[in-house]
Amino acid sequence: MKTRRLSRDNRNRLTALGFLAPNLLGFLVFTLIPIGIGIGMGFFRWDGANTPVFIGLRNFARLLTDTKFGNSMRVTLLYTLLTVPITIVLSLFIASLLTAKIRLTSAFRSMFFFPYIASIVAVAIVWQFLYHAELGPINEFLRSIGIVEPPRWTSSKDTAIYAVAIMSIWRSVGYYMVLFIAGLVGIPPSLYEAGAIDGANSWQKFWYITLPMLSPTTFFVVIISIINSFQAFTPIYIMTGGGPGTATQVLVFRIYEEAFVLSGFGYASAMAMALLLMVLVFTVFQFRWQEKNVAYMQ
Amino acid sequence: MARSARSFALSVLSGGRGSHFLLYVFLTCASLVMIFPFLWMFSSSFKPDADIFNFPIQWIPEKPFPQNYIHVWNTIHYGRLLFNTSFLTVMITSLQVLTCTLAGYAFAKIPFPESRILFLGYLATLMVPFQVVMIPQFTIIRMLGLMNTHWAIIFIQAFSPFGVFLMRQFFLNIPMELSEAARIDGLSEFGIYSRIILPLSKPAIASLVIFTSVAVWNDFLTPLIYLNTAVKWTIQLGLRSLFAEYTADYGGVMAGAVLAILPVLVVFLFLQRFFIEGIAMSGIKG
Repeated sequence: MKTRRLSRDNRNRLTALGFLAPNLLGFLVFTLIPIGIGIGMGFFRWDGANTPVFIGLRNFARLLTDTKFGNSMRVTLLYTLLTVPITIVLSLFIASLLTAKIRLTSAFRSMFFFPYIASIVAVAIVWQFLYHAELGPINEFLRSIGIVEPPRWTSSKDTAIYAVAIMSIWRSVGYYMVLFIAGLVGIPPSLYEAGAIDGANSWQKFWYITLPMLSPTTFFVVIISIINSFQAFTPIYIMTGGGPGTATQVLVFRIYEEAFVLSGFGYASAMAMALLLMVLVFTVFQFRWQEKNVAYMQ
Repeated sequence: MARSARSFALSVLSGGRGSHFLLYVFLTCASLVMIFPFLWMFSSSFKPDADIFNFPIQWIPEKPFPQNYIHVWNTIHYGRLLFNTSFLTVMITSLQVLTCTLAGYAFAKIPFPESRILFLGYLATLMVPFQVVMIPQFTIIRMLGLMNTHWAIIFIQAFSPFGVFLMRQFFLNIPMELSEAARIDGLSEFGIYSRIILPLSKPAIASLVIFTSVAVWNDFLTPLIYLNTAVKWTIQLGLRSLFAEYTADYGGVMAGAVLAILPVLVVFLFLQRFFIEGIAMSGIKG
């Protein structure tokens, strides 16, 4: 009996390995092993060419006093605070409108969604022109309605991060809208009928039925949007190059610059660990919150 | 349907009287804001540099100026960029569909003892940001002698843990009874995969294809790290160099931007439903 089970296990192992092999090999070499090396590399000083030198925790100690790193953390958090709440509220609002039984909903959905899949390099360049401080249509419009000194958007260190954040909200609102629509459509109509019988008004139905029932989607959207905002690289690289000064130098931009411009592979890896830590903290925090608060059907 | 959310949103817009007219007005204005940058980009790409920043915006150029496109086609060798980008997109997408469906099948349909722990390993890596792996990947690619080759990008993107996850979740919903019946009829494990499970998984495969190809097409960071000679560049790298080097050639850069977006737009117009359903599916299951 036991041997038969073992031999079946082994047969299954072999079959599974056959199916897994192509992906598993690539996964090991290009994902799993790099994660291991990445964690280890933070303990070395390495310029990518000469022999790495083990320096213990010195890279991590340096993080604590590095003002450029501190600045990049501050900018990353500011960018997250600017983009995530507005994106979520806007996309939920639009999703609610687009689940109405009206004509043209799919055309509207497509228009909201398209920026998300359009080339981000192209989109960032077009916005850079829109933001042009002297000639751009945004400022021409602001001047035409009487604002004499409109913001200088990406060319001022006071407004650059807001300019990138606005672009980013515009780009991703349609993506989260699609996720919210999928969540809204899944709420059973019977709940609203029951609510109507109990005399609930629109606001009460939204607050006591829609929001709780939507919480698994909201939970997912919050995690994904925070993690995505930690990793916004391309729009910043294209629009501001981290500037003016260091005004838009988010953490992932600093990591890229440290690794591939300054050849500080070890220190860049230590900064990447800080990023990993931030992502993990939010994930764990969100899972805890989910266990307590998210309502599940079934 | 989400009636309450709708009526709540409606009441916000119409002061409680739920009029569809205001809803249309609001949605039309909002979607115009969404597509405004694209319209402006398209219109500007047909104007000489001097006219682009005229205000109020002249949406239809007096005399269309297609020279921008000819100029861009030649300066960044758009044909070559298009070829490189298409090559990468097709290679990576097909490799992903092949390896991710195979691995997803193993996780969903073959009860081997290490299945759970191995799958957890895959799942855990989904949370790890690209910036953590990009430096070690870079050294591995260099060790393999693949710097400045398309293979660097293909190897890095062809074995996506996300694709395995997506496929496994979909395969799990296909009843085991189908596999059992096929096995009694004498189909091999690979036969069950290729003749029973794959044909039933077209929606999931379609969304994997869409996801992957759009991501590869638009990817900027990976090509930026690995491709240093212009012959190897993708459309995104070519466009960015155009923007960096011809800063004052607004019309040319706009034409380049149109050319970078157009292929995705065309595919999107034909397959809108699949795009949106695919995103929604991955979102719910994710």
